[in-house]
Amino acid sequence: MGLAVLLLAIAFFLYRAAAPALHKLGWSFVYSSVWDPVQDIFGALPVVYGTVVSSFIAIIIATPLSIGVALFLTEIAPRRVGRVVGFLIEMLAAIPSVVYGLWGIFVLAPWLRTTVEPGLKTALGFLPFFQGPAYGVGMMAAGIILAIMITPTISSISREIFSAIPQPQREAALGLGATRWEMMRLAVLRSSKRGIAGAVILGLGRALGETMAVTMVIGNRHEISASFFAPSTTMASIIANEYSEATSDIHIAALVEVGLLLFAVTFIINSLARLFVSRSGNR
Amino acid sequence: MSKILEVRELNAWFGATKAVKGIDLSFEGNTVTAIIGPSGCGKSTFIRCLNRLHEEVPDASAEGHVLLNGDDIYGKDIDPVAIRRKIGMVFQKPNPFPSLSVFDNVAIGLRLAGLRRGAMLKEIVEKSLHLSALWDEVKDKLNAPGTSLSGGQQQRLCIARALAVEPSVLLMDEPTSALDPISTAKIEELVTELKKTVTIVIVTHNMQQAARISDSTAFFLLGDMVEYGETSKIFTAPKDARTERYITGRFG
Repeated sequence: MGLAVLLLAIAFFLYRAAAPALHKLGWSFVYSSVWDPVQDIFGALPVVYGTVVSSFIAIIIATPLSIGVALFLTEIAPRRVGRVVGFLIEMLAAIPSVVYGLWGIFVLAPWLRTTVEPGLKTALGFLPFFQGPAYGVGMMAAGIILAIMITPTISSISREIFSAIPQPQREAALGLGATRWEMMRLAVLRSSKRGIAGAVILGLGRALGETMAVTMVIGNRHEISASFFAPSTTMASIIANEYSEATSDIHIAALVEVGLLLFAVTFIINSLARLFVSRSGNR
Repeated sequence: MSKILEVRELNAWFGATKAVKGIDLSFEGNTVTAIIGPSGCGKSTFIRCLNRLHEEVPDASAEGHVLLNGDDIYGKDIDPVAIRRKIGMVFQKPNPFPSLSVFDNVAIGLRLAGLRRGAMLKEIVEKSLHLSALWDEVKDKLNAPGTSLSGGQQQRLCIARALAVEPSVLLMDEPTSALDPISTAKIEELVTELKKTVTIVIVTHNMQQAARISDSTAFFLLGDMVEYGETSKIFTAPKDARTERYITGRFG
């Protein structure tokens, strides 16, 4: 109850603090691409785009990876190995995000620039996502960092869901002449679809709000580019980058409005996740 | 009569614990054999060795020979997956797949075996549901989830699912222990009917059940087979004192 009040209070505070920007900029705030604090012009489309696309890349990478990890841990690995590997993966969630950021700058970005991005350009260069100069730092680096950061979330929830499936379900499949892989598809994955969807949405919620690591590797350029190699920026990182330097009231209000937008998006996504997970629990 | 399944020197372990100790036993075609014995006597483990399901349990292992029509299913190049299509299994608790409809639950074994043709699939599903005496009850709700049926219906659905791939042997691991008396009676009736098409090995806790439906009975105790014989003889004139004590209800 008290927490619900707190939640509403935060939403109300964001709304009040963003009010000057809301009134002055109106809807152009959401669809405009120009962000020029000197001229008091604020368009949030590039940051919304950067947040959504970097999180989307993270989900595309992390979902199959996490499901694979969870299947390996519950269905394939001997119990002792499963416990150790599971522990190590959950430890990934305990690494501070600034450390991920440092790793991204010193290891991931150079590797992307010299090896991965040129390779992708040769193989898939006909797609607009893999064109243009390879910077290393940019949308792809942010997506990969996020993928690593949300894998523990998605895989540990998936693991819980898989281990809640009764053993007789697996034996029913094996007893019918299913191979191990067919058994996993039939008895494990099929009946966990909703739960996995819930896990993925929770991971997505984390990715959307992640700030530090993304800010360090995304390049912070206020521009929409189709290429994943290009630098971009996100809602969370523009707030972190500019808040301490914002001087005009309208600039501060605009940053708070970005926060309000981010708050709304993550709130909706987390609510959806809960809905999915509770429904899958009933089956 | 011909021996369809012959067990020779079968041993099974959970880790270091020996659960089944050197069993020799043969099953005649188109008969019902009951395996009885107190809890923990290895009877479930024993029949789970007959379709090589026991070895799927972590740390479990089995060793010995089980000849299906003369071929050893524990032979070197044998794929357990193929064996499980020839030797079907029905479990203690009804376990239809919750994400599949009634129809798909029966069809899944055929689909796993690679059958894709719709008309043929439909025909076999219908036939299997007739065989398991479930058709009249579910013919109007083939698309409902398998788990929407009653417990007894679910168990007959599982029997239909096992029968659809036309196994030559059907293993039943206490198939009525989770069911009410009326559903139990239906399953017992079904077993007697099914032995025309398939050889049945049934593990049961219920001695009346064994007496009612089986042709021969094996009594297990602590992983050993104490006695095996015609059901009427085992229940009227057991040779071993332990068997007698068990069937008269003095232990177990």
